[in-house]
Amino acid sequence: MPVFQPGDDPGSDFPMLLQRAGYGPLNLPAGSMIESPHATTCVAVRFDNGVVMAGDRRATSGHLISHRTMEKVVQADRHSGVAIAGAAGPAVDMIRLFQVQLEYYEKVQGSALSLEGKANQLASMVRANVPAAMQGMGVVPIFAGYDVRRSVGRLWAYDMLGGRYEERDHVATGSGSLHASTVMKVGYRTNLSRDDAVELVARSLWEAADADSATGGPDMVRGIFPVVATIDSEGWSLVGDDELATRYRTLIEQIGGAAS
Amino acid sequence: MSMPYYVAPEQAMKDRADFARKGIARGRALVALRFERGIVLVAENTSQSLRKVSEIYDRIAFAGVGKYNEFDQLRVAGIRSAELTGYQYSRDDVDARGLANDYAQLLGNSFTHGMKPMEVEILVAEVGVDGGGEDQIFHIMYDGTVIDRPDTCALGGESEAISSRLTSGFAEGLDLHEAIKLGVSALAGDGRELTSSSLEVALLERNGERRCFRRLEPSEIASALQE
Repeated sequence: MPVFQPGDDPGSDFPMLLQRAGYGPLNLPAGSMIESPHATTCVAVRFDNGVVMAGDRRATSGHLISHRTMEKVVQADRHSGVAIAGAAGPAVDMIRLFQVQLEYYEKVQGSALSLEGKANQLASMVRANVPAAMQGMGVVPIFAGYDVRRSVGRLWAYDMLGGRYEERDHVATGSGSLHASTVMKVGYRTNLSRDDAVELVARSLWEAADADSATGGPDMVRGIFPVVATIDSEGWSLVGDDELATRYRTLIEQIGGAAS
Repeated sequence: MSMPYYVAPEQAMKDRADFARKGIARGRALVALRFERGIVLVAENTSQSLRKVSEIYDRIAFAGVGKYNEFDQLRVAGIRSAELTGYQYSRDDVDARGLANDYAQLLGNSFTHGMKPMEVEILVAEVGVDGGGEDQIFHIMYDGTVIDRPDTCALGGESEAISSRLTSGFAEGLDLHEAIKLGVSALAGDGRELTSSSLEVALLERNGERRCFRRLEPSEIASALQE
């Protein structure tokens, strides 16, 4: 059972505790480039009562599809979520560590971090990954959540070096982000309803998958749809596959109708 | 040449035990008992910010009486141990029995080898997944003794009197308000009344979610007592 002397105590910092317990960060030999699965497009957009996050399900290794059902948008805690693009292995690990850290902090301190505190915490984890990023294993997340102190949805973009940028309306990351953010830029209105926001992210991922080979579209054959989640004052909630299937079927009909 | 004093081991242990017991008896007591949906923990506590009962992990709670800084150190050590195990292996691999044993080692070691024994008594409770049959309550004494309590547990000064009031009123399948009332009346004893402002109540509840721990607001405690 870990007990520390005063002055030597890692406090409410779980990654520091891991180091003290002997689970340090992954050390890669210098100069090596590693080919590993990469995760691609994720988006987030603000609506009148919170934020919507969404991500496609594809992971690629070079030109190969390595996973069809990857979940890149995950719940961080009750009122926030995180989405990732970049090297899949380190990214999944980072999310797991981030989730544990938020809950660990809350329990040790007796109160949860503020939403901004969580965004900063994620920034320091991205920064800790910089050595791996130099070897082709960068992780570029999106952080979004409902700020219970200000009663508003907020979202953050990051760069590979841990730079943290709060965005006003919408944000996208990953290889399909150019196409996805164009769709959102054109379609965004202030005070979108929840339904319109879900429609907008679904459409943006569709266009990203249409133009970017590393982004997966809705897989009607296998019934695999993007992960879409809303976060509002009530907390995190996943949008069901049934709703997504209906939306995409309608979208496909519209596109087919326009072509004929 | 002066001779070092010889103290018989029996006497040394007795002195330490008396010291620890005195420290524990100075504080206020707490109880834990099973109810239909889990385990409820009721503590006599006038502070709204310095907690005696807290969350360790998904299904596990901690409670301590005695010296605040000492049981708070144990609380944080428990969270660390649980989170490290859960992170390294799986969340399913964290259980109350393992934690209780670790606490027993720590307390036993401090009792026999430390500068002074820790003046605390603690409780580790785990709520079962499917039903009350899997609920567990471990009572760990200042000297590292672990006791497995099947239904109810009382910690702190006058714990024997509180415990007998608690066991005589306990029945299988109490609802939440009944369980809180029983816990409070056991703590209060005859001729004394405890109000929601001097109580801390928390639950481990089979609620279908990952995290089963929940604190009750003072208004919720008051309404449970009023019925």
